[in-house]
Amino acid sequence: MTETSATRGLIFNEPLLWEIGKKGRIGFSMPENDVPDSPLDKRLTRKDSGLPDLSEVNVIRHFTRLSQWNFGIDSGMYPLGSCTMKYNPKINERVASLPGFAGAHPLLPDSLSQGILRLMFELEQHLAAITGMDSVTLQPSAGAQGELCGMLIFHAYHRKNGKPRSKIIVPNTAHGTNPSSAALCGYRAIGVSVNEKGILTPEAVAAIMDEDTAGIMVTNPNTLGFFEENIQKISEIVHSKGGLVYGDGANMNAVMGIVDMAACGMDVLHLNLHKTFSTPHGGGGPGAGPVCTKKHLEPFLPVPRIIEEKGVYSLSNDFPDSIGKLHAFYGNVGIMIRALAYIRSMGGENLKKASRLAVLNANYIKEKLKKVLHLPYDRICMHECVFSDKNQNPTKITTLDMAKRLIDFGFYPPTIYFPLIVKGAMMIEPTETESKEEIDRFIAAMEQIVEEAANQPDLLRNAPGKCKVRRLDEAQAARKPCLGG
Amino acid sequence: MRYFSHTPEDIQSMLSAIHSGSMDDLFSMIPDNCRMKKTPDIPPPLSEWELIQKMEEMSGEMPSSAYRSYLGAGRYEHYIPAILPYLLGRSEFSTAYTPYQPEVSQGTLQAIYEYQTLTSRLLGMDVANASLYDGASALSEALFMAMRITKGKQIAMSRLVHPSFRKVVSTCLAPTSSKIIELPYQKDGTTDISTLKEMKDLGAVVVQSPNFFGCIEDLQKVSGTIDHQKTLLIACFTEPIAFGLIHPPGDLGADIVCGEGQSLGIPLSYGGPGLGMLACKEAHVRNMPGRLVGKTTDLDGKPAFVLTLATREQHIRREKATSNICTNSSLCAVTALMFMASVGGSGIRKLAQLNHDKSEYVKNGFKAKGVRIPFSAPAFNEFVVQFDKEFSEKYEKLLQEKIIPGLPLSGFYPELKDHYLICVTETKGKADLDHFMEKVTS
Repeated sequence: MTETSATRGLIFNEPLLWEIGKKGRIGFSMPENDVPDSPLDKRLTRKDSGLPDLSEVNVIRHFTRLSQWNFGIDSGMYPLGSCTMKYNPKINERVASLPGFAGAHPLLPDSLSQGILRLMFELEQHLAAITGMDSVTLQPSAGAQGELCGMLIFHAYHRKNGKPRSKIIVPNTAHGTNPSSAALCGYRAIGVSVNEKGILTPEAVAAIMDEDTAGIMVTNPNTLGFFEENIQKISEIVHSKGGLVYGDGANMNAVMGIVDMAACGMDVLHLNLHKTFSTPHGGGGPGAGPVCTKKHLEPFLPVPRIIEEKGVYSLSNDFPDSIGKLHAFYGNVGIMIRALAYIRSMGGENLKKASRLAVLNANYIKEKLKKVLHLPYDRICMHECVFSDKNQNPTKITTLDMAKRLIDFGFYPPTIYFPLIVKGAMMIEPTETESKEEIDRFIAAMEQIVEEAANQPDLLRNAPGKCKVRRLDEAQAARKPCLGG
Repeated sequence: MRYFSHTPEDIQSMLSAIHSGSMDDLFSMIPDNCRMKKTPDIPPPLSEWELIQKMEEMSGEMPSSAYRSYLGAGRYEHYIPAILPYLLGRSEFSTAYTPYQPEVSQGTLQAIYEYQTLTSRLLGMDVANASLYDGASALSEALFMAMRITKGKQIAMSRLVHPSFRKVVSTCLAPTSSKIIELPYQKDGTTDISTLKEMKDLGAVVVQSPNFFGCIEDLQKVSGTIDHQKTLLIACFTEPIAFGLIHPPGDLGADIVCGEGQSLGIPLSYGGPGLGMLACKEAHVRNMPGRLVGKTTDLDGKPAFVLTLATREQHIRREKATSNICTNSSLCAVTALMFMASVGGSGIRKLAQLNHDKSEYVKNGFKAKGVRIPFSAPAFNEFVVQFDKEFSEKYEKLLQEKIIPGLPLSGFYPELKDHYLICVTETKGKADLDHFMEKVTS
């Protein structure tokens, strides 16, 4: 590799906010008080909140400098597996900030909320069309809250049938959120392993599915990047014992417009608007995790629901079997606006094409890199592929070392040490918005890193070397937590 | 499509590199009966300009800036400094993922560390987490946390905690064995805690201050009534700007403080995204839900920041985690931080005072015109009024005159017919307020 995209540049040190502050400054344009003073009883008021006083210039420079220490999807390729870090279109930001949307109070009467209600209603319909499911709630604020919503629906469904159940099947490829969300509903997670092809078998599920099991949570495609080919058969087994099938749609970006989730046997499915539908991740949210169901579970969806009658929209709480509310209002509407903007900019054919290109990019990386990295499951993958550090074990170079070295080449590292069933896993999801040239540069970087691992391992052990800070003492952070200044 | 970079030649050369004849080959493992029979029925792609037009049309069906709204009740209209959207537009912040690789995420990490610090100061607590989804989810998580710590089975919850928060809590607690006992409100508009002492097996008490009626609660008294070894005091809030002026819950004996941070520079956006804020005493930190950023050093001894205490979390602990939360509300936390930095300690006090003064001006104005103000406890920037029976007709008329005169309370409190919750913030000038009072009482 001749030249990397990462290079040196001037960035700035920047103290903590309270180290810059000085009493007597203000960075806020305070309106004059034009009504009489009305002091509160002194016993109710505090002396000082301890917030630092800064000028507008202080604030601008502080956060501009901080931002320069970050890597975002606009900076470069961000192949974080199962996170779908695709390009976040800028037009979506512009429309989400339109004053009618951004300034709308959630308790406006329905008669004054028609625009936003129509927008949400349309998004629900599009998400149903994309997944093949029947009904949609937009209320959950993130994927994990979507999972919780799904598990609450399972719980309410079985209770309504008079037979609450105590277990749930969770494959060993699942995200940690799956067992954790199920546990919130009192379910004990029962593990099931994938076979040598990296997928679930009907036999393995049949062996543990019983009438005390509420159902199964399946991520499809799974976190090894494979389509669960036996999903229909598995769903039949679960249904035959009165259970339900939950689909974790975190990896929906592989199969938009290609797979019909209802036909697969899914009863409930969550989506991540901040993955598949291009809304920015914000350095850890806010996202949105809509939940889709088949018709028979619609009565359990959270309230309020949006009702349309002759082109007029309203919010209704009149669903006696509903699990109730999951958000103080209607969910992360600002994120929904961006997702609708994305879907309408793309149209059905382009969504399908996005999935096809995402799968092409992942397979291209897999084929090229399997020559130098250990590929535990060598098959056609979907939108992501999983390597390990097995080839590097003799030199004691680890996945972590390779990940850190990637930063020096100008790439955000892949997801590492997940899924748990692959030791030293490196999970790469390029997404459809990376060009062939960028992917070729990534492959070349990985190839060079593998070579360095054999011949100049210290380059990896000392990586990254081009960032503001070097590797951190994470043990110290956990041993003696310092969580505020 | 402008978001794709692949030319037909790129696709061909990539397919041949992976020994595939066509794109369809890559999907050959998907059984026929799992496939979608036709392309999803979504209207054809819109150009940027068509999209703007469509979105402006929908946005145009919402109230314009000519409206004067007196709605609060959990979401508040405040001025947002122009620098906030500008700084948040820095895509290094907005387009990053959760800061798993700290060396390339120091911007987000330092900002969250600063957010945790300023949140702790504002709420008067020891430690704040990196955020939860919204105020309602923060309260649910606080309750799960309290029940883990105390192992109590019952929760006493004030009826003046935001009604939607209470609904979310009952949704999330439905599969558990925890029982909620409601504390009624008394004549002055604050929580009646007279029965608290007799309650058995109480794991947590939840009181909101300022409460849903806008009144400031006597948290110190609640704190003095309970045995904190067995029962934790969870103080909830929806209007954090109040703590620029009034005593924060941490100074009054709260063990966990949680609530909604939308007031701190986050647009209303029809209720979301918001910001779930949660803080606690040092002793409980390992039972906290959500992400935490800690300070440490790098190999050269330079100060740096990193996600820490991850062994509480779902990706490590799976079903034994303190919460299932993963993606939270990070960018909203950064927004709140930018707001707190802009307004500052002196500024937030002034801003809070301004809110209080404006709200009192209207409250006193109504009183002078003979409108009944049913609750006498001191309030912050919201208060309840009781209008005549005929007011519901006038309400509709006022909407047409572009005035949104507060929130009818009967949907939340059936006993409060003809009662309205009115919120007044710094965004209204005296002329607006005079006009409002005139229109309402004429």
